[in-house]
Amino acid sequence: MFATFLFYALSTVLLASAVGVITVRNPVYAVLCLILAFVTSAVLWLLLEAEFLAVVLVLVYVGAVMVLFLFVVMMLDINTATLREGFLRYAPVGAIVAGLIVLELAYVIWFRSEGLPGGTPLVPRDAAYSSTEQLGQVLYTQYLYPFELAAMLLLLAIVAAILLTMRKRPGLKVQDVAEQVKVRREDRVRIVTMKTESE
Amino acid sequence: MMVTLSHYLTLSALLFAISVAGIFLNRKNVIVLLMCVELLLLAVNFNFIAFSRYLDDPAGQVFVFFILTVAAAESAIGLAILVVLFRSRRSINVQELDVLKG
Repeated sequence: MFATFLFYALSTVLLASAVGVITVRNPVYAVLCLILAFVTSAVLWLLLEAEFLAVVLVLVYVGAVMVLFLFVVMMLDINTATLREGFLRYAPVGAIVAGLIVLELAYVIWFRSEGLPGGTPLVPRDAAYSSTEQLGQVLYTQYLYPFELAAMLLLLAIVAAILLTMRKRPGLKVQDVAEQVKVRREDRVRIVTMKTESE
Repeated sequence: MMVTLSHYLTLSALLFAISVAGIFLNRKNVIVLLMCVELLLLAVNFNFIAFSRYLDDPAGQVFVFFILTVAAAESAIGLAILVVLFRSRRSINVQELDVLKG
């Protein structure tokens, strides 16, 4: 019973913060609403007994990706007024499309759900069950190759992000270690022979 | 009154629809568009986790793991492109990006 109450309360918070993300005027508030949405969904994932992914969502999303978003939003000097033009002009189209998506999906979920599992109430897992252990067992055996590809993908993202944002400023005085090491004695020292002069 | 799989699927459908509406509403601001894409991926992850729990199959959670990886890479590269874009054009308005005359 408490789980049902928790589900409805958290769902309300999640949907309200999602609406906040798309409607607030200031992008900083939008990022903060998105953080609230992610934390709320992490708690909802805990209700579904996916503890590992709930923790990963908070650590990776709230801890890294959202902070990156916040950093970029605050770093760029954005004129929000011009970006809000046409906001209300496209509101009816967006509402119609969203309403159609909800109607179609609700029809499929509630009226065409013969083969759908989960009509029976969920049995809570016993205390010894660990979703982290279960996930690790399939991740490192059956899905090992995709797991390594994911690592490669993250490396690619690091290299791409650094390459995109790196820039060379002309006229900047920097130390070039390779040039310094390459220098020979002949490049710098010149021996001059000259007559001794005595007076 | 029990929470069934259909409740979770409906929640994720609503979340998906809200973020699609967000893409329509904020069609000029690239940052909010990226945030809407993150919300879309969150809605998809909800479906995967709910099905994984109700079918008692950890494969769904593995997929969520990979989606989180791809989404993190996507937002890192997307924000890098955004920073470069702002540096060269002083604006992130989608309508001003018409160099290719598309």
